[in-house]
Amino acid sequence: MLLYVVRRILYAVPIGIGVTFIVFSLVHIAPGDPISALLPNEATQEMVDEARREFGLDRPFLVQYAIWLGNAAVGNLGTSIGSGRPVATEVMSAVGNTFILATSAGLVACILGFLLGIVAGLWRDRPVDHIVNLITISGVSVPHYWLAIMLVIVFAVDLNWLPPLGIGPDRSGGWRPDWAHISHLILPTIATAAIPMAVIARTLRASVVDVLDQDFITTLRAKGLRRQSVLWHVIRNALPTALAVMGLQLGNMLGGSVLVETVFAWPGTGFLLASAIFQRDLPLLQGTMLVLSMFFVFLNLVVDLVQSATDPRIRRT
Amino acid sequence: MNLRICSKLMAGLMVAAFAASPALAQGTLRVAMTLADIPLIDGAPDQGTEGVRFAGFTIYDPLISYDLSRSDTSADLRPALATEWHVDPNDTTKWIVKLREGVKFHDGSDFNADAVIFNLERAFNKSYPAYDASFERQLKIYLASLKSWKKIDDYTVEFTTKAPDSLFPYQLPRFLIASPAQYAKLGNDWDKFRATPSGTGPWKVEELVPRQRLELLPNKEYWDKDRVPKLDRLVLLPIPEVSARTAALLSGRVDWAESPSPDTVEKLTSAGMKISTNAIPHVWPYTLSELDGSPFTDIRVRKAVNLAIDRDGLVKVLNGLAVPAKGMVSPQSPWFGKPTFDVKYDPDEARKLLKEAGYGPDKPLKVKAAISTSGSGQMYPLLMNEFIQENLREVGIEMELEVFEWEALRGRRRVGAQADENKGITILNNSYSTNDPYVAVLRYVTPEEIAPKGSNWGSIRDEEIERLALEIRNEFDPKKQDELVAKIHQRLVDRADMVWIVHDVGSRALSPKIKGHVHAQSWFVDFSPISIEP
Repeated sequence: MLLYVVRRILYAVPIGIGVTFIVFSLVHIAPGDPISALLPNEATQEMVDEARREFGLDRPFLVQYAIWLGNAAVGNLGTSIGSGRPVATEVMSAVGNTFILATSAGLVACILGFLLGIVAGLWRDRPVDHIVNLITISGVSVPHYWLAIMLVIVFAVDLNWLPPLGIGPDRSGGWRPDWAHISHLILPTIATAAIPMAVIARTLRASVVDVLDQDFITTLRAKGLRRQSVLWHVIRNALPTALAVMGLQLGNMLGGSVLVETVFAWPGTGFLLASAIFQRDLPLLQGTMLVLSMFFVFLNLVVDLVQSATDPRIRRT
Repeated sequence: MNLRICSKLMAGLMVAAFAASPALAQGTLRVAMTLADIPLIDGAPDQGTEGVRFAGFTIYDPLISYDLSRSDTSADLRPALATEWHVDPNDTTKWIVKLREGVKFHDGSDFNADAVIFNLERAFNKSYPAYDASFERQLKIYLASLKSWKKIDDYTVEFTTKAPDSLFPYQLPRFLIASPAQYAKLGNDWDKFRATPSGTGPWKVEELVPRQRLELLPNKEYWDKDRVPKLDRLVLLPIPEVSARTAALLSGRVDWAESPSPDTVEKLTSAGMKISTNAIPHVWPYTLSELDGSPFTDIRVRKAVNLAIDRDGLVKVLNGLAVPAKGMVSPQSPWFGKPTFDVKYDPDEARKLLKEAGYGPDKPLKVKAAISTSGSGQMYPLLMNEFIQENLREVGIEMELEVFEWEALRGRRRVGAQADENKGITILNNSYSTNDPYVAVLRYVTPEEIAPKGSNWGSIRDEEIERLALEIRNEFDPKKQDELVAKIHQRLVDRADMVWIVHDVGSRALSPKIKGHVHAQSWFVDFSPISIEP
């Protein structure tokens, strides 16, 4: 097991470096001038060229990459071109807010997805399976963005039950686990959790159905094992697939958060990323993408390790 | 039973939600901006005119400002931290500016000539200890003709321009004065100043939470007693997503939402909100390439495109959130003149002109336009351009739309129509501010402005316009100045050098609780007379 863990961690290193290169070059490939957004609308091309020199963006691409990577390695992600604030501070405060939303949405998605998947799998082709099917198909088909806007219109505007946006009431000064703040969390959580919940449920249902059809289950039943004990074997065998999907879905949730956080003006990494894109704030964009993608790499590593802990067969491959 | 529990739960939820909304102090105005982040609050706001609207003229004063107290006429220049200005009769490159006495910064220090000089050095002197590149970037283009500056006495400053420039006073409103004492107090650190700034404006910064909100409190000691804010507090929230702004207003989370989208107008008005509009100095045109090989070297083609567009129909599609354009500025403006070419919808005349120019059903005119998906001042570019595309098709013009992201389009604008990457593109859909004679008219038509140096994208050349443009810089009588601008504008319209489509109306949706709001014909707002009914 230890050898596997070490090997897997070593694999993560080149992946991480590859990711940094992609993050850096993607931003450069994107059309439009990163400097242009920084200057007033009336600015001339000459002023743009001058500012580009000032920010070192006229240097060769690989030189820029090397400097950036060197700084990033010691935790210096540079300064936001737009606000002049250190990128690391901006990203960290946003990560905190996204963490709150992702934890809440992740819990909802995993727990609901897990329960719905198991229930649908065990009662295959019964009414309960059809109902779950309807829920999960809606879940995977509805775009985050549309769902978020709909939730706001219904629950914030028409019914006025929940706040439409923000992380807490005016002048709240940071997140706290009280109702005023939790009420702000409900709608974004639903919008973020919908797709992962549905995907987890569908995957788990398929794997439960698959496991139930296998010979060893028939054997277990023939041996006279109690229903609960059989169920435990089913879940244990269906779990690795579900775990892999959960990991990926948590990652996807970060991607989806760009839209959801923008609709709810939730000051997390998604909102930060969107505003960095609109303002063409290169260092901020690169810094946020780097932190998010590193988190994704880390998440995959954790999923792999957890999977191998629950399913020894993986370690041998 | 279940139903009862359910309804109890719902009721509980509602009570809790209401109890959660904190009781707001009377007179707090909460504004939803379209920006994704709070603009810089250091006296050189970024993010365009909206940045200046909310983080510029609120916290700071310029030497010369705009009169924002009226809605029936275009906002003219008026004294702010300068009480008086005139050109030196012996040397017309020198401007003498008298400063207002008895003005204090929010930190209690005095405003005087040293403060003005400090801010100029901050912007333009790279070897000055307090030089601030960010300030220079935001300011440079607006003080384009400034060469040097000098303190005459504690309340008099002399500005020298590169050449005689009668339009110099129009450049001063963007130059905001920050407190040198506050900068020194914060250990000579602009980054710290950007968190706790100090100006002379009617609002003081209370709290800045990056990307979340900016809270301003009234400056009760404001030098202009008529403009001491009535509100207790002004809260500015960055909400870039239009549906989120609308929801925030409808649910009572904000009282003021900038730029509602046309399709929400009905919902907002039926909920009792007021949609406030006025003609603002803005034009949404097609800039044309007049380089060799472009079909727009032919004046008949330029006029045909102008006549082919159904502007009233377009305004209807936009639910009234625009006014048809007949030139760079509206016909009421002193700069409009008396052009003989009437920019209107006349498809028959357009077809006739095209036929004369050699185009017809068997030889349709094919053009390519660079447009954006969104952007500051671009209004609703996809919808509007598709509407115009249909209009043009009806008279036999096939306009292909090449769609760019906003920053990418700005790049295409700066390099000019002659640049390699713009090959084949003869129309640019970039909106412009028309605040003063230079940005409204002059900068698109003179040879020294030909891109990439300036804003003459399509290399427009006309001897008459060039002669008048030189003349205007040496005309220091404001009335005669207006007449000259009008002559240039008249010539520009008669030559149909651009395709004028609509002006924006600076729409904002306001809660009925807001009182005293004056929608000036300007990009800017005076928040001082505004109050909120409980």
